[in-house]
Amino acid sequence: MSDATRPTDDHVPGDDEFDPIEVFPEADEMDLRPGADNCYKCSTCDTNCPVAEVDDEFPGPKFQGPEQWRLKRQSDHDVDDSIMKCSNCMRCDHACPSEVPLSQMHNSARGEYVDERMSKRSLEYWRNRLLSNYRLMAHLGSKVPRLTNFVMGLTLTSVFNEKVLGITSEREFPEFATETFREWWRARGGSDASRERAQAAREERGESGAEKRVAYFHGCYSNYNTPEVGKALVRVYEHFGYEVVVPEQRCSGTPMFANGMLDDARRAADTNVSELAAAIEDGADVIASCTSCSMSLRQEYPELFDIDGVDDVSSNTWEGLEYLRVHEDLEGELEGTRADVPNLAYHVPCHARNQGLDGQAIEVLTTIDGVEAQDVGESCSGISGTYGWKEEHYETSMQIGEEMFEHMERADGDTGLTECPTCAMQMEHGTGYEIKHPLEVLEAALVPNSPGTERAATDGGIDETVGPNREGQDEPFGAN
Amino acid sequence: MAITDDVLVIGGGLAGATAALAAAERGVQVRLLTYKQSTLRHASGLIDVLGYAPSGKGPLADPFDTLETLPEGHPYERVGSDAVREALLFFDAIVGDAYAGEHTDANALVPTSSGAIKPTARYPAGVAPGLASDPRETLLVGFETLPEFDAPLAAAHLEETGAPFEARGVTLSFPGIRRDDAKVTRYAHLLDRDETVDVGRGETSARAALAAIVRDQLEGESRVGFPPILGDDNHATVRRDLEERLGVDVFEVPSGPPSLPGMRLEDRLYDALDDTGVRVTTGVPVVDYEGADNGRSGASSTKRIEHVLVDRKGRDVPYRADEYVLATGGLVGKGVRSERERVFEPIFDCHVEASPDRYDWFDGDAFGDHPFARFGVTVDRELRPLDTEGDLEFANLRAAGAVLSGYDFAAEKSGSGVSLATGFVAGDRAGSEVRG
Repeated sequence: MSDATRPTDDHVPGDDEFDPIEVFPEADEMDLRPGADNCYKCSTCDTNCPVAEVDDEFPGPKFQGPEQWRLKRQSDHDVDDSIMKCSNCMRCDHACPSEVPLSQMHNSARGEYVDERMSKRSLEYWRNRLLSNYRLMAHLGSKVPRLTNFVMGLTLTSVFNEKVLGITSEREFPEFATETFREWWRARGGSDASRERAQAAREERGESGAEKRVAYFHGCYSNYNTPEVGKALVRVYEHFGYEVVVPEQRCSGTPMFANGMLDDARRAADTNVSELAAAIEDGADVIASCTSCSMSLRQEYPELFDIDGVDDVSSNTWEGLEYLRVHEDLEGELEGTRADVPNLAYHVPCHARNQGLDGQAIEVLTTIDGVEAQDVGESCSGISGTYGWKEEHYETSMQIGEEMFEHMERADGDTGLTECPTCAMQMEHGTGYEIKHPLEVLEAALVPNSPGTERAATDGGIDETVGPNREGQDEPFGAN
Repeated sequence: MAITDDVLVIGGGLAGATAALAAAERGVQVRLLTYKQSTLRHASGLIDVLGYAPSGKGPLADPFDTLETLPEGHPYERVGSDAVREALLFFDAIVGDAYAGEHTDANALVPTSSGAIKPTARYPAGVAPGLASDPRETLLVGFETLPEFDAPLAAAHLEETGAPFEARGVTLSFPGIRRDDAKVTRYAHLLDRDETVDVGRGETSARAALAAIVRDQLEGESRVGFPPILGDDNHATVRRDLEERLGVDVFEVPSGPPSLPGMRLEDRLYDALDDTGVRVTTGVPVVDYEGADNGRSGASSTKRIEHVLVDRKGRDVPYRADEYVLATGGLVGKGVRSERERVFEPIFDCHVEASPDRYDWFDGDAFGDHPFARFGVTVDRELRPLDTEGDLEFANLRAAGAVLSGYDFAAEKSGSGVSLATGFVAGDRAGSEVRG
């Protein structure tokens, strides 16, 4: 009789009940063992890692995830410092054929590394903390946007940043908008004004019945740097008859996960989950315009934090175009509309790809007359949020991005298109192109007299909810 | 609003991509949904049709001789040998001159990284100069940091199997790679971009450095075999460049996962999908479906799939189409799953034939005839899944590739051929059904 014919895991012959054994009874953190056990070492994740492809000093996601997890069970093994080379692009999650939660393992390992092995007095720690708490810097900087933009543009500032802090001087700091999205929102009348506009739009559309409401998670970047994206979202949603509310919010946590600052992320998540869960309670769905923010709320929060309402927020969060596509006849609405936009070279952010959003922008936007958009392929932009800002990772980041730059230059368009603000930064940095967000193109097609323009007169009135931009109307794109 | 197309293909491997391309040929709007990257990344890149008969007889000189004699229920028996030929022609048109072998029905004999010989119907152009039927003397080159290809061992094994040529293997240090566990993509990237490497005597380009150390080893051989790391996007250029520098033919020896030749094939297929206007959605799983009776009774009462539900991180989003193709893979691809007491197809719960006692699922002999290797859905000759009674599960669902029952691809060396043939037939029928 071969060994295989006799069950070794059944204590009572014929009894198939499976009794899991408590391996680590003292454990009080998440047990990642089932994930580690799922890994059969096919190395598919390693072939997807953009860092390992350009830097053979990086041992790759298979090591950072399941292998390191097992090593750490031995008391004499610390988290390897190579974990800080992982850019948190999360491409390995999509690669794994065996359901290993790689990015969750990386996030946990990185958190542990920073907690236990990185000196809290080191410049690296404070540089990373500064970068990952971008919102705090942006909050202060945007109080005096012109002064901040001036100071950040000074050579002296960039020399200081690189030499002292280790923030690369190769990149130009993103400019702060002279009016943040939230300032604009308040001046426009907040959710009361939005409710009226939505009401008028529903009447215009002949929709009777229930109110439609969304809570906008704008994140830091569209608040402080690109408020035109947030404004586009508001105008497009109001066009479809949605009342927009803008709850109190903090950073989604994406840059904090990537820097192992899990305590900071947890504090931000506490605020976000309680505010967004309350909005959901009031009948709203949560909408994000940044695909890393939506990724964080949907996947990383429930993976990393046990907060009341976290699953509710996860399952009721959507990306801006995705929600309209599923809840409205978006393509029908766009049929026959026109937007005069330059040819677009579209890059899918890695985090969008993991949410099933990869083909979406092109599928939706090319139903608009006058819109030509081309996908530049599956390459990673390489910046991965704060990663490409670090002096020691700048070269790696640009080597990864090289393929995307080449593909963008080969595409017909010379304006870029993407959902992710830091991918946009990298696209602009590598090609010099102006970069747009899909919602801005949607706005140009659907909302007359508003595309990308900053006209307080229009914003103050209710007339911006009249019909979409039908054929024949000539609307310049990005007229600002 | 459901996201709507004419044909929805679930699964993005060889079968799914072929099905989507074949459906699109019919002029309908096709979407391909794939959860994880396909197992093509584990694949050798070879297109086997049939290397061994189910009885174990082989290697077969001509797979088509045996195709006619396969037992009822084998996927090739279901679609017929003409469909296999048609699918191969379809494949040849997609891959163009990146593949060879279309000049004959006979199997080619390809040396693999263990020094074994594999019978296969189509092979990458970069593998062609290495065929075992070619009597030229051969140098195999392995690298210290790539232990999966032991060149001296492979050469010895090749001679042992009676290959009609002398083979010699050497192990070198790959210029520009320091680390023991650098990924295969790192090697490919260095050569693709011909990056500058430091070889101790100053800097030079990766390809020049590689050619220089291999040239020193040549003892009159007219061909050199490498592990399959000779570039990714620019593979053909890398190979040509090395051939010019060495003055001999250069080929790759297919090896285990992860595999650049499989990844290159995946890239070709996805480029073709893009060119054909197939919409591709990745990263999210199909988890369920909603169906409806068509209101009729009797034989025509078969259920239809109205839409499938895709889990977008905790929220189910409906995707609708007229016709569906299930190409989710087998036990490895997780298109067929098992629990301790059952084997099942997780999306539509199509019937999968398996003993309720899991100790009947395998043979005691590791290389024996394992029932699990044949697990999958049973289909009619139109590739529509059948229930326990032998009736159609759904009127508008077809299945293709490793999710099908009735064949052992590992033993038969028939994996790619079955995926191509059934993917082609399922996609073509689905597309023509929509056209009416």
